[in-house]
Amino acid sequence: MARIIGVEVPPNKRIDIALRYVYGIGPVNAVEILARANIDPSIRAKDLTEAQLSQIVHAIQDGKYVIEGDLRRELGMNLKRLQSIKCYRGIRHMRSLPVRGQRTQTNARTRKGPRKTVGVQRNPNAKVGIH
Amino acid sequence: MGRSIKKGPFIDGHLMEKILKAKATNQKTPIKTWSRRSMITPDFVGLTFTVHNGKIFNPVFVTENMVGHRLGEFSPTRTFKKHGAHTAKAEAK
Repeated sequence: MARIIGVEVPPNKRIDIALRYVYGIGPVNAVEILARANIDPSIRAKDLTEAQLSQIVHAIQDGKYVIEGDLRRELGMNLKRLQSIKCYRGIRHMRSLPVRGQRTQTNARTRKGPRKTVGVQRNPNAKVGIH
Repeated sequence: MGRSIKKGPFIDGHLMEKILKAKATNQKTPIKTWSRRSMITPDFVGLTFTVHNGKIFNPVFVTENMVGHRLGEFSPTRTFKKHGAHTAKAEAK
């Protein structure tokens, strides 16, 4: 089991691929980090020595990469800010509708989730005459 | 593509006049405006605007968080309609 920055466990893959299991590190960042740490990207994650592991950790921490919890928190804060100021984007997030001006008459299923059929529901106040 | 930094934020001239006047005289009455496209700068903070949405003027109190957004973002132009019974329980959501 290889552990990088706490809980990540990707053992049998090349280290440049395995690094991408860390939230916030993608293909570009992984290659960059390995270059910074002077490590051959073709080594398997399980074959790394302790020294090499700590080199990688140092490279990540010195490189000011925002990863894992910090990154998730940052994203959450951005969302919260938009929603708290009641701007258009915030409102669209609250209603879980597309934020960037896409159509919603059809499609938009990624944001809206599975289709929910709403049947005709009688207004209980209809007879009383209150709307 | 974003706007060139060289130009600075866009604010309608007529709106800027009103803001400077309101700041100079320290008056708290809302500033009525149609200029939805004007970007909120730090000068705006603490002022109240009423922003036209095509039909009515929505009051917008500007706070620090809003800097960098445009006035129009805070005055929705469409009414949100949903399906289902319009019972008190559903409306409360």
